[in-house]
Amino acid sequence: MLTVSIYRYNPETDSAPYMQDVQVDTGGKDLMVLDVLELLKGQDESIAYRRSCREGVCGSDGMNMNGKNGLACITPLSETVKKNKLVLRPLPGLPVVRDLVVDMSIFYKQYEKIKPYLINDNPAPAIERLQSPEEREKLDGLYECILCACCSTACPSFWWNPDKFIGPSGLLQAYRFLADSRDDATQERLAELDDPFSVFRCRGIMNCVSVCPKGLNPTRAIGHIREMLIQRAT
Amino acid sequence: MVTNVTSFGRSGLADWVVQRVSAVILAAYTLFLVFWFLQQADVQYTQWVALFESTGMRIFSLLALLSLVAHAWVGVWTITTDYLTPLSLGKAATAVRFVVQCACMVALFVYLVWGIDILWGN
Ligand code: SF4
Repeated sequence: MLTVSIYRYNPETDSAPYMQDVQVDTGGKDLMVLDVLELLKGQDESIAYRRSCREGVCGSDGMNMNGKNGLACITPLSETVKKNKLVLRPLPGLPVVRDLVVDMSIFYKQYEKIKPYLINDNPAPAIERLQSPEEREKLDGLYECILCACCSTACPSFWWNPDKFIGPSGLLQAYRFLADSRDDATQERLAELDDPFSVFRCRGIMNCVSVCPKGLNPTRAIGHIREMLIQRAT
Repeated sequence: MVTNVTSFGRSGLADWVVQRVSAVILAAYTLFLVFWFLQQADVQYTQWVALFESTGMRIFSLLALLSLVAHAWVGVWTITTDYLTPLSLGKAATAVRFVVQCACMVALFVYLVWGIDILWGN
């Protein structure tokens, strides 16, 4: 039997959030955390969480498992359970809608701010805008982000200033477009980032790197942005 | 783009560069003083005065002092904008933050003028 301590909050009936302890029979198998949640849901269907693809592609089931953010669907119990106990909480720092479901509006707003699309005013060529293999290679480690918000909600700078600091996820995407040879708006993008909050709230503690379920490195991307800003200004 | 008028250099990059450069200067000054103390068999008032008689030492000290002021401004400003926000203080946050920032800036200004007076006054 595994003890699961799960964060419960239903704003319509609860005056405050609380932790609920539930026993789950895992049958001795090394299940994924999401499988455990499905078992729980079988016992008590009022438990709310987001999920979709169940294989680490959609980024819906980001949550805090025994103190570390990650995707429930690709985190095996053996990786997170300590002393036969699993503590499940919503992603930290975002308003809770219900149980493990958080309101991600501010996270998406930061993503929107960095204009996550190619900007190129030149007339489009007949077939496509070509890239050399080397130019394409620069996007590796950037384009794979699934916007699960595990990184940004593990970042204290994002907790303190979620409305001003873009956060690791948004900055990784900002660099993804700064690094793209097909994008023409590099200068405009950099000008938008050169304030004391958007990029420079990053203190390089690398929580983002340690939690990213896709193994990406937002801190390195932020370093590249800073280099581009320095190059532009000196 | 987030605008802000109370940060040191108004731009994130400027503050970042100031913070790094001033840190290097302060480290150099500290190391210099440590080595100076280690070199002296026993430090008396006369040696201390002699050290600060030289113009080079005064310039180095003023540079360190300016670095300290700039470094502290960037640092304190960052702390106030991290912790003295509506998230932690509610509606009073802006007033509290502004007062704390002003108080720190006045204190830093006093230290700066006081330091110059110590170096060049008589
Ligand atoms: S960088 Fe990683 S942790 Fe952050 S949103 Fe993208 S996939 Fe999730």
